[in-house]
Order: sequence, then structure tokens, then C-alpha cells
Amino acid sequence: MPNELGLERQDYRGATSTLCPGCGHDSISNQIISAAYDLSLPMYRVIKLSGIGCSSKTPAYFLKGSHGFNAVHGRMPSVATGATLANNDLVAVAVSGDGDTGSIGFGQFKHLIRRNVPLVYIIENNGVYGLTKGQFSATSDEGQELKYYGRNELPAIDLCLEAIIGGATFVARSFSGDAKQVQTLIKAAISHRGTAVIDIISPCVTFNNDPKGNKSYDYGKKNEIALHEIDYMPKGYVPEREEITVGDYEEGSTVEVQMHDGSYIALKKLSHDHDPRNRASAIATLEKAQTEQLFLTGLIYYEEPRPVYGETLGIVNTPLAHLPEEKLRPSQDALATLMQSYM
Amino acid sequence: MAVEAQTNVQMQAANKPVVNDFALMVATKNGSGSQTSNAVIIRSLFRMGIPVSGKNLFPSNIKGLPTWYTIRASKDGYVARKSVIEVAVTFNQDTAAEDIANLPPGGVVIIPSDWKWGKSRADVVYYEVPVKELVTQAQIPTDFRDRISNMVYVGAVAALFDIPMDIIRRALLDQFNNKEKPTQMNFGVAELAYQWMKANTVKSDPFRFEPMNATAGKILIEGNESAALGSLFGGLTVVAWYPITPSTSVVDGVLENLSLRRDPETGKSTVAIAQAEDELSAIGMIIGAGWAGARSMTATSGPGLSLMAEFAGLAYYAEIPCVIWDITRMGPSTGLPTRTSQGDILFTHFLSHGDTRHPILLPGSVKECFEFGWRAFEYSDQLQTPIFVLSDLDLGMNLWMSDPFDYPDQPINRGKLLNAEQLSAFISEKGDWGRYKDYDGDGVGYRTIPGTNHPRAAYFTRGTGHNEMAVYSERGDDWVKNMTRLRFKIDSARALLPQPVIDHDPAKKIGIISYGSNDPAIVEGRDQLAAAGVQTNYLRIRALPLAESVREFVLSHDRVYLIENNFDGQMAQILRMEIAEDTRHMVSLPCGDTLPMSAQWVFDQIMAVEKQATRE
Repeated sequence: MPNELGLERQDYRGATSTLCPGCGHDSISNQIISAAYDLSLPMYRVIKLSGIGCSSKTPAYFLKGSHGFNAVHGRMPSVATGATLANNDLVAVAVSGDGDTGSIGFGQFKHLIRRNVPLVYIIENNGVYGLTKGQFSATSDEGQELKYYGRNELPAIDLCLEAIIGGATFVARSFSGDAKQVQTLIKAAISHRGTAVIDIISPCVTFNNDPKGNKSYDYGKKNEIALHEIDYMPKGYVPEREEITVGDYEEGSTVEVQMHDGSYIALKKLSHDHDPRNRASAIATLEKAQTEQLFLTGLIYYEEPRPVYGETLGIVNTPLAHLPEEKLRPSQDALATLMQSYM
Repeated sequence: MAVEAQTNVQMQAANKPVVNDFALMVATKNGSGSQTSNAVIIRSLFRMGIPVSGKNLFPSNIKGLPTWYTIRASKDGYVARKSVIEVAVTFNQDTAAEDIANLPPGGVVIIPSDWKWGKSRADVVYYEVPVKELVTQAQIPTDFRDRISNMVYVGAVAALFDIPMDIIRRALLDQFNNKEKPTQMNFGVAELAYQWMKANTVKSDPFRFEPMNATAGKILIEGNESAALGSLFGGLTVVAWYPITPSTSVVDGVLENLSLRRDPETGKSTVAIAQAEDELSAIGMIIGAGWAGARSMTATSGPGLSLMAEFAGLAYYAEIPCVIWDITRMGPSTGLPTRTSQGDILFTHFLSHGDTRHPILLPGSVKECFEFGWRAFEYSDQLQTPIFVLSDLDLGMNLWMSDPFDYPDQPINRGKLLNAEQLSAFISEKGDWGRYKDYDGDGVGYRTIPGTNHPRAAYFTRGTGHNEMAVYSERGDDWVKNMTRLRFKIDSARALLPQPVIDHDPAKKIGIISYGSNDPAIVEGRDQLAAAGVQTNYLRIRALPLAESVREFVLSHDRVYLIENNFDGQMAQILRMEIAEDTRHMVSLPCGDTLPMSAQWVFDQIMAVEKQATRE
């Protein structure tokens, strides 16, 4: 069925994936395709960005009608920053991995968030370096064992925790095996204004899929605990309930949050003591998940958007890339006056 | 040949007055506020119509280490660093002994009488000034005393060498943006010192300033600010940077002049200025911005450039326009952050792994800093590749006299950039559109930018192997085809980029090749050489890859001196590589002694070889 733009879902696809059959990353690409199709996203306004690694190859495999940029390892955030400054009308979707984000690009990740660059930042987190054949990454769990590299003695970095501490206004965790949740979170992230981080545990079927390991498909399927049921209602939806304030979010109740573009997300609380609009609560939830080895998923933290980077820098509303010459080059008189001041 | 350049000290020995042709050095402590005093002296001489230049030799330090500022007046218009400095204002006790020792016989010392010191030399003239007493007498608030005490030497210099005090006052007003209060406070001290000197000193040296008419219509500006202005007139829209000496003032210049680019209706800026977390990020941002259609720029220096290497290769291979200014300082490593150098040429030309080669612009004056500031964007858009502009600390951070800058003589040209409409027309004419396909035989493809509302506008930009349709490819033939086109594209830039400035008389058989901020030293050195009977031609390189005329120049001379300010003779190596048939013509003369080049050095080096050649 064609969407509002008259496009079919398949129009949102990209080139054929070259990842290993069964790779979790391919299911995420599929959810990006579905989300974009459902949202009737005009592909010409979308940019796809990535660094280097298995995950970073995927932008070639979705949204063929969008400009893509496969940058250098760990430094996609700076490219995304520049691109969104040049044109503030673009919808930026970025894909990174745990090596790309948690190691070589850790600094850029944190600074991207600090600046609140408007983009969806998807981490396809498999806890392992795939293209170089199976080294531990910074998100590998302490005590984990891998075939060639033995035991990991270092604690894992929790990228959601880092994102919240860094100042991100939209932070989620999901599991590539939970298609509905992944898709809904992607839609919500696209509707958000600011850096939206989604850390998606995405099993590496070749190097890190031992059912004992907590980045494996079996582990995810058995242990995923959703913090809430999440629904996305596109722009035009009229909320049924009044928004509930912080503290009123009781078990079984539903919170509806209006996103920047007029859409809504509804979070029906399940059995966990977690309020996504409370930073301290979100951090406590992640700390608890770490201590108790819980695989918690859902929208972990959300806050009202703060100014995005271009606004902070005070640039004009017209995309800089579209400014005509008369806005780009001061007049001959301006130069003459200026020269006078140096005489 | 045994003729030496005649120094002013020798002239003085002949008891002639020396008018508007000597250099003055001010030695102070870093952070003591002497910049204002030095700028006031320079601006005053400039206002007197005397050709003047200033060189700041400062430490990598915030406060306390020694700093020297040299001011050269030259009736003949020479603005290079002068190797012999006749007058020393020694206001730093830590260096006074050495500063005095360095003076030529007949030199002049201006020194605070508050210190305990002995006259170490009988062949120089000493003038003592009671600095503390004068500052106390001026009733300066305690907080300002240290800084304003530097005004004492301004008054002393004015009294000794004849700078009218009303001109000093005007220069102070300029310095303080016409604010009366700080001007008066500073002027008060200078005036007291002036009166004290006139009343208590008998002048016994030959040096003097006299009004001329050689600076009318000229401007006085630093290279980095010129670069910033050029960029602003070139349509710059995204700057990303990380502070590093000596490039910081390029972006400061953009900030200070941002009013040029404010939208009159909203007051918002048409330039985004992003201070990055490091140079890795700074270049990433400008590459992202250039890809998305901005005119983007960063400014850095050696260590920053080293960090940018990987991204530079990406931009080269993915063919993304952006502009990188390198205000060169002394390397390797952290090196000497506050000393000038031309030591990044080789590294920058080939910056990044693999077969990478970047076009480089080499401004030789503040006027060219402005001109290359806007032209760099034109070249970058037209060639679809990063353009590096190599200035240096000397050009970038010192004040230079110049003719006013010329307004860009051509409208902004974004090169082969297709909008939706143009893309439709292109496809119906050519049958397809491949981002990296060479339709015009010039090695440059057509690009689109994100946000182009056309179903076929999108393509995938990558640093991995790709074919001409921008599709991932590991095929050898695709790789070779692409690299062949890239090499052709960069080779073709020889004709597009700024051509050398050549002064060539076929009757002369000795040539000099140089580039960048060495120009004033070469110009003056040639005059000295000519006076000594060595006639030279001169070619100043303004871009890499080399223009064809460089080869012709080399091959048409008996001997060619390649003069540059680095240690290894880096440009000479590039010439040897590119002009392989030349095995005998070129003599590499690298300086690299941490200072801006002097005419004396040029003269000495060439004379040494010429004497040898004559003997043979």
C-alpha cells in the first residue's frame, strides 16, 4: 500500500546487504525502512551517516533515495555536526557500532550529545569487533569469554548511561530481535528534536552469539525486559488523556508525550520502578540493570528538547547551503569601509 | 667578489644621520602589556608616512618569559626582518645583558635607571629613563602601573627619535577604539617620559624619524585577520576549529568581523562557528559541511594538521570541497609553537595515507591572504577537493603594510553542482548521471548535495573503493580508473591555481625561487646582491602542484637558488621530484632558524655560493 507520498515500502530499501546472513544489523535496517515508510518521510531530506565497521556499512542498505556518507572510524559525529549546520532542514539518521562509538569515537559521541546536534544516533551494539574477526569491544561484559581472545577483564561501558550523563534528551535501549519496539523507538527518535540515542543490542551471529553471552540472540530473546509498552501516534493524533506529571506515573498507567513534530508516544508502564522523564530515575534504572545483570529495554530517558546546535550558534533559519550570493558576500562598499578602518 | 651589503651602522660610523632607516627592538616580559606600546609606535610611524614593519618574537607562555618586538622603519619600503638592530629598548632585566651585547657598534640602549647595572659596552649609547618615578608622578592607579609603565619607552622613543606627540595620541586613540579614558591614562605617562627625556638627555646618536609620504592609502593589518576577511568575502558559511597557536587569530578574525555577515532583519549570522573538541572533529565538521553544500573552513597549525591526516584523505578520495588554513609553526612535534616556519609543505602536499596529493595555496603577503581567502573556496568547489592554504606565523601574526584589498573580481562559482532542475536536464542530455564520472574530460565530476528534491539526486559518499556511479567496488579496474582521473584532476590544477609571480630578464643567468612570507627578504636581498654585482631573476611560487612556468624558469638559468624557511629544503625536494631532468641547476638554501628570513641571510648565502662558483 502506498504511503502519503505514494511510495511503497520497497522504495525505501537500499542495496542488498553484504553482512552475514542473520546479522542483527539487517533487522535494524529493516525497521528503519519500515519507520521511514510509515512516516512518509521524503527521502531527499534524509541524510544517512556512519563511521566504519559492520554497522556502518548498513546505511547503504536502506533509503536508497537519501544521500549517504560513510565517514572514518569513530568520527561520523563530527561529519554529522557539519552537515546539519550546513543544512538545518535535513533529517539525519546515523548508524554506528560499539567500537565506533564506545572506543575510537567515544569523544566525538559525547561532544555530539553535548552540542545537541539534531540526529537519530543508532548504535548497533554487538559487543565485538566483527570486521577484524572477533576482538572484545568496550561494551563487552566483564568476565565474558571469546574464542581467540580469552576472558575480558575490563568492565563494560554503558552507552545509554554515557548519553544521559552527556546531556542527551532522548535515550533508549532496545534489542534487534524486538522488531516492534525498535521500529517505534526509531519513529519517536525521528520525531524528536535534538540528539536521540538508541543503543540496540544486535547479535553478531559469527563472533559473539554464544547463548551464554549477553549480546547473543538467545540471551536477548529470553532475558529482554521491556520497561514499558511503547506506541507511536503520528502527527494529527488527538491525545485521550491529559499529560501526567512526574511522580504520577504509576504501574499500569500510560504517559503520552508530544514530540517536537506534533506526533505522540504513549508509554504504558510495566512492572518497573522507572520514570523516563526523571534523569535520576533513568540513571538509577541503568545502574540497577548493570548490577543485577538485567536486560532492560525501552525509552530510558526523555526530556523536553533544548536548543539544537545551530540555534545555539545563532545562525539564520535558511539552510546555510541555500543562501544566495548576496547573503554570502558583503558589498563592495562594505570592503571599502573596512579598508578605511585599517588605514 | 668581495662586496658586502653596507649596514647602517657603517653609515653611522661615517657620521651621517640615519633617517627612517633603522630598526628598534623592544625587550619586555610576556604578559606585561607591551603589545599596546609597540602597536602605538608602529601606528605612529605609519601615520608619519614612513614604511614600517613589526615582528613579534614571543614565547609560548602567558606571563613572565622574555618577549622581543622589533620595529623596522625603511625609507626604501623594505619590510623584511632586519638582522642588525640598531636600537634596543631593554625593559626586561632578565635579557638586558644579552640584548645589549647583540647591538652593533654605535647602537643605542634605552634602559630604566631604576635597575642596578653596569655599562657593559663603551661603543654604544645609553639613555636611562626613571620608569618608576615617572609612573608614580603620573598618579596611575596601582592596578594599572605595571602595564602602563611600558608607555615610558613610547615617550622616550618619541623624544629621542622625533615622533610628534600628537601622532602618538592619535595612535593611542586608534588602539583604544577612540575611548578617551584609557587613551588619556596611557598618553599621560608617555607625555611625562617625553618631557623628561627632552629636559634631561643630550642626544648623541644619529638615528631619527622624519615624516614621509610613503604610506598614504595603505593599510596596516595582520595576515590571519586578512585570511578571515577573505573567507568572509568568499562566502564562508561553516567554520570549525580548535584553538592552536599561531592560527587562533584566523577564527578570531572571523568572529570580530562577523557583523559583515549578519542578516539585517534577524540579526542572526550566516556563518556557523563551531569550536570543536579537537582537530579530528574540526576537519570532520568542515567535511560534513562541505558535503552538504556549505563553504567550510578550518584553521590550524602543524600538530592539528597531523591529527587531520586521515580525514584529509577521505575528503580527497570522496572529493569533498573544504578549505584548511595551516599557519605554520616550527615542528616536528610541539616544536616551537611561537616561532615561524615553512616546514609543513611536504607533509601537507601528501597529507594522508595512500596516493594522496593536495593542492596548496601559498600566500606571500597579507593582500594574498585576503585574495586566497576567497579564492580557496572557488578552487575547492571547482576541483571538488580540499584546498590547503599555507601561511605562517610571521605572515599571520605580524602587522604588515599593504595596499587595500581588492574586491573579488568574479561572482561566486560553486563549480559543477547540480540542483534538481539541472540534474533533470543533465540526465536527459547525457543519459545518466554518475557522481564520479568524467563527462567533460577535466577529471571533475558533477555533484549534488543532500536535500536536492530529485529522485535520482542521492548518491553514497564513501572513503572505500567506488566506481564512477559511486557504488562500492573492489574491482581493480574501477580503482585504477578512479585514481587515474584523480591524478589528472590534481595535475590539471596547475593551470587553474595562482600562477607564480615572475621577474625574468633573459640576460640574467641566476634565478631565485621562493614562496610565502620570504618575499620581503628576497626582494631586499636581490637589491643588495645587485649592488654587489650579482644580477638575479626571481620566481615566487604561489601554489602546488607547480605551475609549468617553474620548470621553464629552472631550466632557463645557469643556477637557481631555492630559498625557503624550513630545515630540510622541502620545496626543493618537490622541485627535484617534479623537474627530474634538472640535475645541476638548483641550489637548495633552507633557512629554518626559527626567525623570519632576513635579506642579510639571503645575501650571505647566495654570495657564498657565487664566490665559490667564480673561483671555480
